[in-house]
Amino acid sequence: MTSIADIVAEHEHREGPLLPILHDVQKVFGHISEDAMRDIAHALNLTRAEVYGVVSFYHDFRKEAEARSVLKLCRAEACKARGVDALVPIAESQSRVKVEAIYCLGLCSVGPAALVDDQVYARLDSARLRNLLEAM
Amino acid sequence: MTVRISDDAVALACGADAVAAAFVAAGVEVERVSSWGMHWLEPLVEIDGVGYGQVSADHVASILGGTAQSIGRIEDHPFISRQNRLTFARAGKTRPTSLDDYYGSGGWLGLAQARAMGADATIETLMASGLRGRGGAGFPAGIKWRTVANAAADQKYIVCNADEGDSGTFADRMVMEGDPFMLIEGIAIAGFAVGASKGYIYIRSEYPHAIAKMETAISLSAHLIAPFVVEVRVGAGAYICGEETSLLNSLEGKRGEVRAKPPLPALEGLFGKPTVVNNVLTLAAVPWILAHGGEAYAAYGMGRSKGTMPVQLAGNVKHGGLFEVAFGITLGELVNGIGGGTASGRPVRCVQVGGPLGAYIPPAQFDLPFDYEAFAAADALIGHAGITVFDDSVDMAQMARFAMEFCAIESCGKCTPCRLGSTRGIETIDQIIAGNNVDANLALLTDLSETMKFGSLCALGGFTPYPVMSAIKHFPEDFR
Repeated sequence: MTSIADIVAEHEHREGPLLPILHDVQKVFGHISEDAMRDIAHALNLTRAEVYGVVSFYHDFRKEAEARSVLKLCRAEACKARGVDALVPIAESQSRVKVEAIYCLGLCSVGPAALVDDQVYARLDSARLRNLLEAM
Repeated sequence: MTVRISDDAVALACGADAVAAAFVAAGVEVERVSSWGMHWLEPLVEIDGVGYGQVSADHVASILGGTAQSIGRIEDHPFISRQNRLTFARAGKTRPTSLDDYYGSGGWLGLAQARAMGADATIETLMASGLRGRGGAGFPAGIKWRTVANAAADQKYIVCNADEGDSGTFADRMVMEGDPFMLIEGIAIAGFAVGASKGYIYIRSEYPHAIAKMETAISLSAHLIAPFVVEVRVGAGAYICGEETSLLNSLEGKRGEVRAKPPLPALEGLFGKPTVVNNVLTLAAVPWILAHGGEAYAAYGMGRSKGTMPVQLAGNVKHGGLFEVAFGITLGELVNGIGGGTASGRPVRCVQVGGPLGAYIPPAQFDLPFDYEAFAAADALIGHAGITVFDDSVDMAQMARFAMEFCAIESCGKCTPCRLGSTRGIETIDQIIAGNNVDANLALLTDLSETMKFGSLCALGGFTPYPVMSAIKHFPEDFR
């Protein structure tokens, strides 16, 4: 099992290592706990407040674990123009999958678009979104 | 026979992998190439130059049997033949991470030319090209490079801004996924020209395919750009990190808060060292300019907007995709002539040009030429040249509200007009939508917009008033 110390050791020689470390910690542990923040701060000679400030600034970083699968649905202008707002009730009618807003996947010509892990989905309509949520 | 199918994220999101697998299962060799940029046709299948659009696995048998309807030769399609493809010359034609394909299509000639002519002449070539920053600000790239080149320091950096967060834009993503070596070559030329030894590409986390392609391409080409070194850094979901000083803080491992300017990043940038911060499209244009000469590039365009712009047609548009064209084409030609109007078939009500911070423009202004100065004179901006089309079902009061909401979500919090103004803006628009004291609240919103425009530290707070005020100006009926 990869430890926080392993992750820090892998990146600490880099310039500005904090974001790469936080990305890897979240990848391995699913979130960035208070304990993890303390260990990272200690290893990089930063204050816990500095690390907490960075973790809380960026939308990607989670301070608490999320047990459910996550679907990120683009809610930005181009997907709005293609009708994403009408799909929101479908996303909200279930709670098995956590649906989060994301602002732009760069699929603006074929929206509404969504991201699940590293998989992208486009041309979503009610039926496709329902199928996607059910398959998760 | 070889079947060519794109592995760009648009093609993947539309099901290209399943189509490719079906061809492989039918015993056909499949080559995964970059996207032509005709997104409405994805997944697009190409066999001996002939294209088949919106293909699914069910169509494989009829395509191989010769009974499927084709779109004809892709190169001759009006969407392609009307373009001036300089930066996107390889789009649809090469395998993105094949060094052989890159060499075979004129790759590395720009870097070789730069090394042969020397750093000073390289910057002169860029000056002569008239290339302006493609990220949105339109600042002359040659002047920025010259400033960094003249700065004395033990360490300098090239930072490629690949935090393409504006809705309606995807050209950076297409460069990184479709032609990653071209971007690496552009960064290496910049490093050579200004005397930097290290380059960073800051890519947003919403682009996993671009990150993977760039990392592969960097490892394959490291020996060709040595001693210069390029590294990918991944963002973490903050729109504000597309602002250059915020991006630099993020690279340093800090909160992505905006820095006050001066000092300019060109003099005190990453870790306080002189730094070129350029957008993906700016750096991607550089290899062509070095290989063909600055004058050849400047021969395209109009006025002080030289060269070509990869325009992105997005939103509710019939023919969405990437259309690279010389500056000067009118907005109406792009939206109606090239884009074919809306995908829904309803009338075009407006377009938003330049992402979430860009103005909403009604069809009455579609004679506007694509030119930095012409757009600025019309209280609009080209930005990263994304055009998001809306049909007549759009509620502009809701879009104005969303502009403020987006600013509130993404504000870094450093300056008051942006941090507080955006939330007060949402509240005021809600009052207007509810019909409470509409005239007084519109006056208040106008005043608030002025404060944000002139009092914010960066373009997020400073330009959010553009979509808000343009919506009120051109579509007052939606606010009453």
